[in-house]
Amino acid sequence: MNRELVWLFAKISVFSICLLPFLFLFHDAVNETLGPDPIETLHFRTGDWTLRFLLITLTLTPLKLLFNWKFQLRFRRMLGLFAFFYASLHFCVYFVLDLSLSWTQIVEEVPQNPYVLVGLSAYILLIPLAATSTRTMVQRLGRNWKKLHRLVYAAACLGVFHFLWLVKADLTEPSIYALILGILLGIRIFDRVRKQRPAEKSTAVLRTIPASESCLNPVPD
Amino acid sequence: MLIRTKKEIPASEVTDRSLFRRRRQLIKASALGALASFGLSFPELARADAGSKLPGFGKDSPYSINEEPTDFEDVTRYNNFYEFGTGKSDPAENAKGFKTRPWTLAIEGEVEKPGVLDIDQLISGQNLEERIYRLRCVEAWSMVVPWVGFSLGGFLKQFNPTSKAKFVEFTTLFDPGQMPGQQISVLEWPYVEGLRIDEAMHPLTILAVGLYGEVLPNQNGAPLRLVVPWKYGFKSIKSIVRIRLTEDMPHTSWNLSAPDEYGFYANVNPEVPHPRWSQKRERVIGGGLFSLKRDTELFNGYAEQVAHLYQGMDLNRNF
Repeated sequence: MNRELVWLFAKISVFSICLLPFLFLFHDAVNETLGPDPIETLHFRTGDWTLRFLLITLTLTPLKLLFNWKFQLRFRRMLGLFAFFYASLHFCVYFVLDLSLSWTQIVEEVPQNPYVLVGLSAYILLIPLAATSTRTMVQRLGRNWKKLHRLVYAAACLGVFHFLWLVKADLTEPSIYALILGILLGIRIFDRVRKQRPAEKSTAVLRTIPASESCLNPVPD
Repeated sequence: MLIRTKKEIPASEVTDRSLFRRRRQLIKASALGALASFGLSFPELARADAGSKLPGFGKDSPYSINEEPTDFEDVTRYNNFYEFGTGKSDPAENAKGFKTRPWTLAIEGEVEKPGVLDIDQLISGQNLEERIYRLRCVEAWSMVVPWVGFSLGGFLKQFNPTSKAKFVEFTTLFDPGQMPGQQISVLEWPYVEGLRIDEAMHPLTILAVGLYGEVLPNQNGAPLRLVVPWKYGFKSIKSIVRIRLTEDMPHTSWNLSAPDEYGFYANVNPEVPHPRWSQKRERVIGGGLFSLKRDTELFNGYAEQVAHLYQGMDLNRNF
């Protein structure tokens, strides 16, 4: 079978799966099965999916570092854009449904909700990443593209902090996100430290990746 | 005996709200109300074997507000009751098998006549009354709930509080076997709440044993809970087993957990934001996806009745 056709099929499948949470939300919203506080439900669910897609996107490189898998890197752009898509829904739920786009409410309430400002900063950091995700932009920005896209680490940290801060008492759920994010970033740091000491011989699981293959390089597809 | 069963109320038994309202009007309009209280006229109102309806409670309290109550479904599915889980729908799920009989309430501390009371005897000795109150949660949402209960002040007076009784401390049941949330140290268990004695004696303050004319569902704090409508919802402690009158201010659960976020008074006040969220507005539960938020009122709209309790106090400091 044609290799390109296999990849196309894989992409369509992953795309459809990523769209499922949205379809479920849409279904529940239309059928009014979002529970007694539908706005809060939409808010929580879009927020959860934003963090999940951010973490999934950040898992692709560690898979390469740990197991030298590469196929998953072809889905990075799509998964990253899905994170942005759910973040945008989350943002819209807050400003359109919760604050009803009312300036009075935005001006009075947003500054009194500090965790909202943290979430907002995370979202603002994601905007240039989404905007520069096209192949043309990747080529045009060259080495700077890589630097720019390191913002995703900051966005993910702010996103998890946003969740941790808003919870009233039970920190279990945000702590799980924080732990996973810590592991994903830890693997990268560990790898970087190893690469800076190339003379050292090791039998560790992590492989030394040549610079040209660095985890942050976009994979053309 | 007033309450004959511990059974969960099946959805099919729940009176439709329009029916509920129509029934209220009917009772109001006719002498049938008297019959209803004897369980003669409306089978669904006082069917003894079903036991889920509370017979014979007063209506049209001057303390009730004239607002449409939140749907029964929402009042009983959207609950903060961390003893049964921290999710809003957890209590309805996890409190299904909660045993509210036998149940005793201890009255202790600065009273001349302390005692331990059986819940059914306690309830049968009270004049039950419906109170339609606003409920404002510290999380900035609100409901309107038709509680059935009795005045806490009148009840406490039966035990002759001493002159040293300055505060009232309430404690929830501690039973991690039945209350799975208590197996997790989200808060210090058991849950404790408190009121100043004048707040406890205020006619708006009630102990509730029912809502929508029915025995209080487990997830709403059965068999006995406090309702203080001008304070944030967490003050209205659920499933109470002990009431202690004290000279010193009680140490309350949320205040112990985060003293800069939850004060002892916890009076609803749009001008005093919670450190992490605004209290200016509230979302009215049941409004749907496109409902607008409502402006939160000082003392949750009960300022006329309760503002005098806090005269001369700095509400920013005593939040």
